[in-house]
Amino acid sequence: MKSILRLDRRSYNEQKAIMGFFYVLPWLLGFIFFFLIPLLSSLRYSLSSVQANSDGLIVHFSGFQNYVEALTVNTEFNRSLADAIMNMVINVPLIVIFSLFLAVLLNQKFIGRSLARSIFFLPVILASGVILSLESTSLIQAVNDQNAGAGAIQGLGTFELEGLMLDAGLSEWVVNYLTSAVSRIYSIVSQSGVQILIFLAGIQTISPQLYEASKMEGATGYEAFWKITFPMVSPLILVNSIYTIIDSFSNNAMTDLIRETGFTQFNFGLSSAMAWLYFAAVALILAVSSYLISKKVFYYD
Amino acid sequence: MHATRLLSPERWKKWIWSFVRLTLIAGLSFVILYPVLQKISTAFKAKSDLYSPIVVWLPENYTLDNFVKAIGIMDYWQALLNTFSLSALTTILTAISCALAGYGFARLKFKGSQLLFAGVILTILVPPITILIPVYLNLKDFSLMGLIPLLTGGKSVNLLNTYWPFILTSATANSLKAGLYIFIFRQFFRGIPKEVEEAAYIDGAGVGKTFYRIMLPNAIPSIVTVLLFSFVWQWNDSFFTTTYLTSSKVMATQLGSLPYNLQILLEDGANSKADPFYLSMVQDTGILLAILPLIIIYLFVQRYFVESIERTGIVG
Repeated sequence: MKSILRLDRRSYNEQKAIMGFFYVLPWLLGFIFFFLIPLLSSLRYSLSSVQANSDGLIVHFSGFQNYVEALTVNTEFNRSLADAIMNMVINVPLIVIFSLFLAVLLNQKFIGRSLARSIFFLPVILASGVILSLESTSLIQAVNDQNAGAGAIQGLGTFELEGLMLDAGLSEWVVNYLTSAVSRIYSIVSQSGVQILIFLAGIQTISPQLYEASKMEGATGYEAFWKITFPMVSPLILVNSIYTIIDSFSNNAMTDLIRETGFTQFNFGLSSAMAWLYFAAVALILAVSSYLISKKVFYYD
Repeated sequence: MHATRLLSPERWKKWIWSFVRLTLIAGLSFVILYPVLQKISTAFKAKSDLYSPIVVWLPENYTLDNFVKAIGIMDYWQALLNTFSLSALTTILTAISCALAGYGFARLKFKGSQLLFAGVILTILVPPITILIPVYLNLKDFSLMGLIPLLTGGKSVNLLNTYWPFILTSATANSLKAGLYIFIFRQFFRGIPKEVEEAAYIDGAGVGKTFYRIMLPNAIPSIVTVLLFSFVWQWNDSFFTTTYLTSSKVMATQLGSLPYNLQILLEDGANSKADPFYLSMVQDTGILLAILPLIIIYLFVQRYFVESIERTGIVG
């Protein structure tokens, strides 16, 4: 026992290995107590009928009953899950593309760049659960939007835009997607603060020589973007997609439903089953999207 | 000669692009700032200005009445103090524990550390809602594997409505988004050259000394990033605070119950039916008050914030 603690007798690498364990230990304790055990008991609750009384919990194994109930009996679950997934599928590409575009823009030199940057990262600070939900119910905002003609930023004349694009021969689905993106511009901007930061940091690590060389060869800025910037930041597209998906966990209709089932109806079993189904759906999306993206990703080294 | 250069397509393209860029950035900045400006303008308006058709941005009658009401209802100063101390406490603990774990995973490899790091990734990927109920029940009857009942004589402690859930999870690097912070630190420490570490060892520094004398001073950008993110997200967090701290006065719970409290306070007055627009006006003022400290802090640190993240190695 003593010889383990006598670090100075050991080789540097052995020392490092032992110290490494101690460095990771606080996290490991937390991981076991506040993550692993709860994760397993959540799985257990989801497969049981749980009753809480004054003595504590009575847990009876009941197979997949809760899952069946969530998927077939509960009126809200399927809809909320589908909504949550649809939102993810729609929003993630928009946010990633938008933040890449803005990162490229904010990386260029222009007057007021630092001001623009500090404004674009403001949503990282302001966008949060309570504030957003209160804001969506704010009557003042709604009324002022109507009055002051500020409805323009909501709609941006999407109606005319829609007609224009349909005339131009784009398919209806694409047009709807784009115009809905325009009308949700505030929520997209406010969800992409961190992603812009990550892309910006990535773009700045690209060596300027590459751009100089391409300029000598006569490449335009457009070509430089697709041939240099885009491939070089493509690993970050994966990172940002995953981040965006994870970021939506903290509040959406799905989490509200799970929380309500658990904490107001005290149906722990059903709530856990819903949470696991949600997790499974998210894991599936993460797996599919990271597979698809990583096939296209270019690694420099 | 001069004229042809002025009219060359290259130049035109440049000018047009500058113009498009300016429009885009100005427009989007407006979209971001609009709700904040709106709230500031609303907060100073008197009730009569609400229905005045000529008042759009600048109020006709300035008043601090909304602030007084919102501060009173939210018990603002108390909530501010509580939120600040809670956020500061968890931020510091999170930064320390995540820096330790990040360094451990990056530079002090031991058997199974790869597997444990997969555990970190797992904590990032699993939605917090999945484990919320067991964690909640665990904290309600906190027994630490039966250790605490031995000390107190057969009773587990209820940690809800105390700061302990936050202290415990942040000291063990499992608080809000801690997996992300560990990841940031790990990425950063991986980027520090091995030679630095070897030089320190030759000079007689052990692992601990190398860490806090050499590595930590170098890691200031990532420390700043983690401190800022963790402070801001803890401040804004409603997911955990509304679950663990139902009756303590912190910003998230006070904001969450603000519409309800407003209803009670204002409906008991002379007008039994409170004007929903007026309620909304005071509510907006409350939101403004809640985010004001963050905006003030941001004004001071934004330069550092933007620059530091570029050097954190999040990318490398």
